Amino acid sequence: MVEVLKSGLLDTVQDIGRNGFQQFGVPISGVMDHVSAERANRILGNHRDAAVIECTASGPKLLFHQDTVICISGAFMSPKLNGYDLENDKAISIANGDVLSFGALIYGFRAYVAVYGGFQTEIVMKSRSMYANITSQSRLLKGDCIPILDKEETAFSSFSSLKLKNDHFDSIPLSVYKGPEFNGLSVEHQRLLCHQEFTVSRDSNRMAYQLNERVENALESIITSLVLPGTVQLTPAGKLLILMRDAQTTGGYPRVFQLSESSINCLSQKAIGAKVKFVCRK
Amino acid sequence: MNFKLSYKQFSERSILVEWPPVIDENVLHDVTCFKNHLLNCDIESIVYINIAYNSILIIYKLTIDKINDEILRLKSAYLSRLGTPKPLARLWKIPVCYDAEFALDLKLISEEKRLSKLEVIALHSEAIYTVYFVGFLPGFLYLGGLDKRLNFPRKSRPRPQVKKGAVGIGGFQTGIYPNASPGGWNIIGNSPLDFFNPTIHEPCFARPGDKVKFVPIDRYLYDDLIIQVKTGVFQIESKIIDG
Repeated sequence: MVEVLKSGLLDTVQDIGRNGFQQFGVPISGVMDHVSAERANRILGNHRDAAVIECTASGPKLLFHQDTVICISGAFMSPKLNGYDLENDKAISIANGDVLSFGALIYGFRAYVAVYGGFQTEIVMKSRSMYANITSQSRLLKGDCIPILDKEETAFSSFSSLKLKNDHFDSIPLSVYKGPEFNGLSVEHQRLLCHQEFTVSRDSNRMAYQLNERVENALESIITSLVLPGTVQLTPAGKLLILMRDAQTTGGYPRVFQLSESSINCLSQKAIGAKVKFVCRK
Repeated sequence: MNFKLSYKQFSERSILVEWPPVIDENVLHDVTCFKNHLLNCDIESIVYINIAYNSILIIYKLTIDKINDEILRLKSAYLSRLGTPKPLARLWKIPVCYDAEFALDLKLISEEKRLSKLEVIALHSEAIYTVYFVGFLPGFLYLGGLDKRLNFPRKSRPRPQVKKGAVGIGGFQTGIYPNASPGGWNIIGNSPLDFFNPTIHEPCFARPGDKVKFVPIDRYLYDDLIIQVKTGVFQIESKIIDG
């Protein structure tokens, strides 16, 4: 069992999400950055769907009540074990009574804590990903106790780890496909969207990233249609909304772009104020 | 009748199929017929299919390799969709309490529309609505069939919190908030039912193609139904309307 002594800005349990329930209006959810979460799981020899803790901007303080192995990937938040500095992307042996804590955010925005076998929280609609009104809890709070598996001595083997390339955290271009309503934009407008640099607004969360810059919008709203994580909507007020993993399943704003899967992962590591640019794929 | 559809790649792993941009029951039936036909075809590479008023989004397991081949396959599936058995449509009777305590915007609508409150309630509860699809929030039904006289614009400033079960009007649409959430619709009542239960096999009782009718109830029955729903003894009234 792992006890939350203190929670960070937003800590949630996530796996690869709740796929296949969107006909009931259920968001897909799951880890924002699949690359980093999968890396942490892979280093521990876990299944890729094992549940991890996603930490946003700052990390929690966790007390382990049993021996296990953990791995931290994604953003670097100066992790410490009993006060001693840790590295990301390494398997770390944990003894009963050890305390994991985090310090300053050095790069990225979301860190992942994976544990041997995955965190064993409740499964609702085939997923442990926390979401209000689906799982009984929507985030981790001080005092929460999360069950984990007993470590089997022989089952674990450490993989030598490759460092993630830095551009996963600091690249500006987001590779996108043209959205269904893109061709309704004027040529100048299309060019502008593909050349301008945009800034991540403070109104950004697991549901959507909003961009600060206003762009002219001559498109009419559409009859409510389908959206996915990565869909870029243009609101009547001229704001760009990039839907993320907790996105609603349908929407009525014109869809100008669709982010590639890898760009959704990159954007997940962007903090408020970061610059992005859309690059259209052929 | 065959509609002229457009097929577009949406992301690496999905294709969007769109019907003409209208809200229409014939389109709804064609959308659900095509969806059910695709499900019956049991195409292994497809993970799931979701629908809205005039569109279908088909999600594949892996990155789509040959997009043109896949679109051709969908086009030929569309042509062979007819004859797919239609699921039974049901009419659901949904109790709604229109008392002032819940009907935060009923007075505003009645004044602006020059209708008495009772007339608004009658227009809202006498209509039979069609369930087009579920979206926006878990368990939120997109309903068609609101009387034109009740068409009322969304609030320019959404409420930060709307109660679970709130029944609202937004533009030409009406709907029920399945859970507490921020909301910009004009609230005229509240239903004691659960519209989303993630722990059961069919988390939403109504499916696309079903019909819905609101039944006005008083505050005593509302309180009673809240308890019945909580304890699991409540049985929602429904009847099969075609088959």
